[in-house]
Amino acid sequence: MKTVTLTIDGRELQAETGQTILEVARDNNIYIPALCHNEAVAAYGACRLCMVEVSRGDWAKLVTSCLYEVEDGLVVKTNTERVNNVRRLVTELLLARCPDSEVIQDLAKELGVGEPRFTPEEGNHKCILCALCTRACQEVVGASAISLVNRGVNRQMATPFYAFSDACIACGSCAYVCPTGAIDIEDAGDTRKITMPNVTMEFKLKQCKTCGAYWAPERQLAHIIKQADLPPDAFDDCPDCRE
Amino acid sequence: MRNMPNSKKKQLKAADKKKIAATLDRYQRDGVMLVSILQDVQAELNYLPEDALKEVSQGLELPLTQVYSVATFFKAFSLKPRGRHLVNICMGTACHVRGSVGILEKLEQELGILPGETTRDYRFTLETVNCVGACALGPIVMVDGKYHGQMTADKVDAVLKGYE
Ligand code: SF4
Ligand code: FES
Ligand code: FES
Repeated sequence: MKTVTLTIDGRELQAETGQTILEVARDNNIYIPALCHNEAVAAYGACRLCMVEVSRGDWAKLVTSCLYEVEDGLVVKTNTERVNNVRRLVTELLLARCPDSEVIQDLAKELGVGEPRFTPEEGNHKCILCALCTRACQEVVGASAISLVNRGVNRQMATPFYAFSDACIACGSCAYVCPTGAIDIEDAGDTRKITMPNVTMEFKLKQCKTCGAYWAPERQLAHIIKQADLPPDAFDDCPDCRE
Repeated sequence: MRNMPNSKKKQLKAADKKKIAATLDRYQRDGVMLVSILQDVQAELNYLPEDALKEVSQGLELPLTQVYSVATFFKAFSLKPRGRHLVNICMGTACHVRGSVGILEKLEQELGILPGETTRDYRFTLETVNCVGACALGPIVMVDGKYHGQMTADKVDAVLKGYE
């Protein structure tokens, strides 16, 4: 690792090689809109919202700041006409795909995007296909219960065969990372219901032996017991009743 | 959980499972070879049944999500049973300007199906492709890999008759 000096929006900044423009910008409180980025998982470059203009000498080009690694002498501009045009176009496309998403609506307002020129999708959910949920499920949880399936205009986030996924531990990480709130989790009685854009699954919650409360999905607890090599009765009591 | 799309899903026969296992062994059960493995499994079973993808996932120790994503990504893979004969009509630029659209319409009428679909009697599956590299002979209709060049809508009947 080596320290480099770069300029973002006229500010001279120090950073380490290997860091991306987006990371450095965030460390220095410079705002770049980004939907598919989360520190917990590897950068992926799906939403294209984080485009910035970089230049060195005479050339300037648009790059995805979540993927582009900083270099010595790099000059970055996050707010040029060109950058804003691309952001607006991307937002317009996202708005046509997910007209019901409040997050995208707010973004459109912020960037001054009106009615999209593209035909809005009907009866659509809020999924922008950023794959944050699937990456979190694979990279962080280690379950790989969901993925992006099909191709092109038919691409969707789903479980295999759009059916109940045996690999899902019902932990809810997908809902937690989703930038647009496309995944819903509802606990009622002894059941957790996860509603994804194309699949709904139900899971049993575990009941506390002492107080009787339903407090966490059985599959998630079994997963933790296995991962951490805990005794099988480790979670018989809920956190409140333990000790 | 109660979201199974195809309730009448095909159960793999013991012989099919054997074929899959043999295919996996041929590739040393190496997950990197997933695409080739799926191609071979499809060649043997005519399509990729749900249980076959599960066998492959277990056999390669790959998540089912990965196998399913790959199987649904490539147009060459089919998760539905296919007809005895595969009709591919070229919609590439050269064939297009020579009238492949009219031929496709004729095929759709004759077979009563749209591209991607299979006739009820499982005789034909219809697919479109974009350029099969024989532009000079276009428009091209391929049946089971055999090229029928300089096609016209009028010739469609005669070509289909050759395949039972
Ligand atoms: S459900 Fe959410 S996190 Fe998953 S791909 Fe869609 S928008 Fe991204
Ligand atoms: S945050 Fe960079 S492409 Fe989505
Ligand atoms: S366009 Fe049909 S063979 Fe090239």
